[in-house]
Amino acid sequence: MTTHRRTVLKGLLGAGVSAVALKAPTVLAQTPVKIGLLTVKTGPLAQGGIQMEQGIVTFLKEKNYTLAGRKVDFISADTGGNPAGAKTKAQELIERDKVHVILGPLAAFELLAITDYVRDHQTPLISLAAAEDVTQRKANPFVIRPSATSAQCCHVMGDYAAKELKYKRAATISEDFAFGYEQMAGFQRVFEDNGGRVVKKLWPPLVTPDYTPYIAQIGNVDCVFNGFAGSNPVKFMRAYADLGLKGRIPLLAGWTAMDDALLRSLGDEAVGVISVAFYSADYGSESNKRFVAAMQKDYGVLPGGYSAGMYVAGQCVEAAVQKLGDAGPDGKTLAEALHQISVADTPRGPVKFDKYGNVVGDVFVRRCERKGGQLVNTVIKTYSNVSQFWTYDEKEFLANPVYSRDYPPAKYIE
Amino acid sequence: MSGNRFRSVGVAIALVLLATLPLWVGNSYYINVASQILLFAVFALALNVLVGYAGLVSLGHAGLFAIAGYAAALMLQAGYGHLAADTAAVVITLAASAIFAVLALRSTGIGFLMITLALGQIIWGIAYRWASLTNGDNGINVATRPAPFGINLTGAPGFYFATLLVFLLALASMAVFVRSPFGASLRGTRDQPLRMNALGYNVWLIRFFAVLFSGFWTAVSGLLFIYYNQFISPQVAALTTSAEILLMVISGGTATLLGPVVGAAIVVVMKNVVSAYIERWNLVLGVIFVLIISFMPDGLVPGSVRLWRWGWQTVRARLDGWISSPVEEHGR
Repeated sequence: MTTHRRTVLKGLLGAGVSAVALKAPTVLAQTPVKIGLLTVKTGPLAQGGIQMEQGIVTFLKEKNYTLAGRKVDFISADTGGNPAGAKTKAQELIERDKVHVILGPLAAFELLAITDYVRDHQTPLISLAAAEDVTQRKANPFVIRPSATSAQCCHVMGDYAAKELKYKRAATISEDFAFGYEQMAGFQRVFEDNGGRVVKKLWPPLVTPDYTPYIAQIGNVDCVFNGFAGSNPVKFMRAYADLGLKGRIPLLAGWTAMDDALLRSLGDEAVGVISVAFYSADYGSESNKRFVAAMQKDYGVLPGGYSAGMYVAGQCVEAAVQKLGDAGPDGKTLAEALHQISVADTPRGPVKFDKYGNVVGDVFVRRCERKGGQLVNTVIKTYSNVSQFWTYDEKEFLANPVYSRDYPPAKYIE
Repeated sequence: MSGNRFRSVGVAIALVLLATLPLWVGNSYYINVASQILLFAVFALALNVLVGYAGLVSLGHAGLFAIAGYAAALMLQAGYGHLAADTAAVVITLAASAIFAVLALRSTGIGFLMITLALGQIIWGIAYRWASLTNGDNGINVATRPAPFGINLTGAPGFYFATLLVFLLALASMAVFVRSPFGASLRGTRDQPLRMNALGYNVWLIRFFAVLFSGFWTAVSGLLFIYYNQFISPQVAALTTSAEILLMVISGGTATLLGPVVGAAIVVVMKNVVSAYIERWNLVLGVIFVLIISFMPDGLVPGSVRLWRWGWQTVRARLDGWISSPVEEHGR
């Protein structure tokens, strides 16, 4: 067996702490659960990747590296943020380190590069990446997703913008890649089904030094929905405010565009932005209070969706291992258990899964406010039991093409 | 004479080690890493034809690599067999290489580099933006690996042996090419293009064929890549891939047979194995490159050979001096 430097350290730490704190030596008798994390620690995606690792480490620390009576071996691998790297690191985790379950990866293209591979090697994977089809038209019995599909929260935003905010005309703006297309398509579909019209769709490239030319095209609309990710929302919102649109046209945001972890990089330009997210640091569940406190103590940060997603993923592993009892967390049985579990108390509220492995859970609508000098995303409405199919018929939903730049077609573009 | 025998013994040992690698490496993960080294070595060898022997630095080879990968992946997706898909991919890549050559060979040096860079970026742009064909950044999955002559390549050892075979063929073709009149004339166009021209050689045509030869092995490595990863997305065509392969060639030693292979091994091992232990592996890789450029500017392989010869000669000179003329020396 090959043993990892990090594994040994953490294992020892975990074993030591649990033996001292719980006085439960029987814990060590059962075979350990090996959890591998695929994350990004180098390159442009590293910020979210590091938060992912903080989230799962926070969870494991809280559990003294013991889940359902089994010691945890935790191994973290850096994919470098590209598909080939994700594949090699998945091979490292599965073939060399023989992990029982993989958490991650971060980006959709990384996930799509390894879904066939984890199925062939019968290793369950708990994804953070949002690519719709992984839990839809190409659903994979070894993949579950406790975070959200790209459009899952955006459906909610479409509904909220049309029904509660009574907006009629919207512009969308997001990066020119699949995550952006899928988000904007979900918003457009629900918004237009409820009487709204998306009259402008803007797609700046992933790396855009200056958003001014795009913002200048927005024109006469009631709201702008943005789906930026990484550090782009910071740049975009500053430009939006600098050009004087902030007071005039309300800004709506997807989860990555207004993630709680971004708040410390933002200023007044973010105040008033309404966003949808599957997680909010503001949420009052017991586990969330513990999670937020631990993240602030250990890392001095407010957690966002990346770290919360991995914390919840850890809870899912715990629930599944618990469910299996003495059966041992192996391949197919673990994958099946992961599909069947439901977790009542997570930092994002109760979590269960549909038959495609995607989460059915709460989605929060938040407004960014300044409280005591700090920016906070205050929850103003909670949509419960939101499915990836929103309120649409599942069969009909799956019979349509996957959300893209061209689907659903934008009929009202001016 | 003894040098030759030395070399054949070395080659024999290397062959035996490579052929038995799955036996002594054991874990399939490391066998997979070896497969990756070999497939990138084929790519680096292909680029070395231009960089090393023709003196034409290309930054667009990732584009050709991706064309082969996408062509095969799309054909497979459309339901064609592996043989048809792979043959078509090679033919299409050769055609693309010809277009590259016609456009880029209008100049040499920086001009050639910039034109290939632009062409590579165009391929990247197409892969990224023509989503109805390429599925954009969500990429294309390749469902199965081929089974030539009924040999299953699904497992790590099977794929390794197939890659090894292709690698040895590529290496042998390079060895033949270097010794051939064509190889000599290509080196001539690198060192003395005007004189070659005056001697009646068609410099442009020689370079054109060199681009095709390079394109052929780039296509083959592209096929190995998609069969290895069973996935292709626009990242493959990105400039970073071209730059990485160029680094392999330069760090290992341009215009040498083994240089690109050693370079490929360094980069792949750093990226995949060392990164598991050192979080800042990028930094380590950077330091290694700086050290190579500082102390062995012509690359690791030629540098090491020089170091070895220097060491050997020093030792032998000492030995000779000590054995043949101790008296004389003391007598002085």
